[in-house]
Amino acid sequence: MKCQKCDKPAVFHITELETGEVRELHLCEDHARAYLNQAETGGGEEPSQGGGLTGPLTVGQTADELALLDKKACDMCGITFFEFRNQGRLGCPHDYVQFERELEPLISNIHGATRHTGRRPDRAATGQPESTAELTSVIGLREAMRTAIGQEDYERARELRDQIRDIEARWHVPPKA
Amino acid sequence: MKLDALTQATGEWLKGTGPESDIVMSSRIRLARNLAQFPFVARASDQDREEIERFLRERIATAPMGRDLDYIDVGRLEEVDRQLLVERQLISREHAEAQGARGVAIDKVEQVSLMINEEDHLRIQCLHSGLDLQGAWSQISMVDDQIGCVVPYAFHERWGYLTACPTNVGTGIRVSVMLHLPALVITRQIDKVFRSLHKISLAVRGLYGEGSQAMGDFYQISNQTTLGRTEEELVAQVGEVVPVLIDYERRAREFLVRETQQNVHDQVSRAFGILRTAQTITAEETMQLLSRVRMGVLLGLIGDVKIADINSLLVRTQPAHLQKIRGIELDTKDHNIERARYLRQHFEAAGGGASPN
Repeated sequence: MKCQKCDKPAVFHITELETGEVRELHLCEDHARAYLNQAETGGGEEPSQGGGLTGPLTVGQTADELALLDKKACDMCGITFFEFRNQGRLGCPHDYVQFERELEPLISNIHGATRHTGRRPDRAATGQPESTAELTSVIGLREAMRTAIGQEDYERARELRDQIRDIEARWHVPPKA
Repeated sequence: MKLDALTQATGEWLKGTGPESDIVMSSRIRLARNLAQFPFVARASDQDREEIERFLRERIATAPMGRDLDYIDVGRLEEVDRQLLVERQLISREHAEAQGARGVAIDKVEQVSLMINEEDHLRIQCLHSGLDLQGAWSQISMVDDQIGCVVPYAFHERWGYLTACPTNVGTGIRVSVMLHLPALVITRQIDKVFRSLHKISLAVRGLYGEGSQAMGDFYQISNQTTLGRTEEELVAQVGEVVPVLIDYERRAREFLVRETQQNVHDQVSRAFGILRTAQTITAEETMQLLSRVRMGVLLGLIGDVKIADINSLLVRTQPAHLQKIRGIELDTKDHNIERARYLRQHFEAAGGGASPN
């Protein structure tokens, strides 16, 4: 059996009894130590190190479900969920849309909340929407343009370039040199 | 900007001024921001990073506050210069050690620093002396507003400001205060205090942030969560706990003076003695001793030494500063000798700082 948090063999099998709930954990030596330390110090682990990120999500999921999920890739930057789980860093702003369902329990676990209530960019003067989803789509368009050029499909590359320019112009981002 | 000029000056946060500055060294707020049209830094190609760097540098220069900033191309700096910026808390260790195009824009008094291509495209930091979270917040929100007018920050209706790490998503804010807590360390109450802070989801870190060890009894307290509460609420969350910690530390200091006056007086005097006479001394020992002397001065056990002086020595005795001040490259052994010489000269020039009784 593999560790629930990495690919090493699980050598620790922990059963947690919390408020009537039974939870089983199968962990390698390193993750078991981290988990037990965390339990002892009341969760004093530093979340930004990426270490705490993978835990809550993977618990309770079968290996098959995980393998399928890991292959899921972002349409814009191409990062797979597996890469994110390994590195603890996302690839681009679109990941929050692409992996929204997968990220939700994780974010909820970290922050105890799933909705932003703070300040917002003031785009009233420019007439742009608050959400930057449209502008982020140029990341994928740029990638498609590179592919088109690689395939010597210059007509397609030109179309994509024009699309990128249109979007960037709407967002007052100058075309790149 | 001439980096050598930095070593002559003292950053605003070390002035030893501001409310509660006997215990609160500094108040810091940072905001994590990303451009909508690029991959996050870790996923960005070299070319992307160059474009991000140029885009932000050029756009920030057009904002009203951007005109008064000095820009440093961190990617082209020598290691000692990058280390110098870390020691002054103007960039993070991660930023110093990273690869590729990156830079930092700094204002004249070193209160504002804008790191480009750290973990996120942009990290805005405001660093104030003493307990001044409100001052830091009003300054950073102004800076953020001005930059937000000239660049398209990645923003999502539900998730807020989008960041490379989900631990920063939403507000992207990290509010922290750096506290000097020697009496809580000496009376062994510090672990208990930290455990109770963890329970209300505040993080405790060392002097140089994430992953760093607490040196010389200096600790940073900061918020852990960034989503679901407003920036003002998160500033208040950290702000509320500080008076409690100040009170604990003051009481521990009073206890030390009341119950173990001779002992404490002896300890701080010995610390001061070593700093004034040692022939070779490490950065760690220096920081530990300066911490004790700092407490001694505040308790009135050591006279003729200014707190601002001690604060400044805390930075100026670190490796890159020492090297810049002396103008020569040093290996570790030479460093320790040079550091001891620098300290002796400093205290001689300052008039010895004899005990008041």
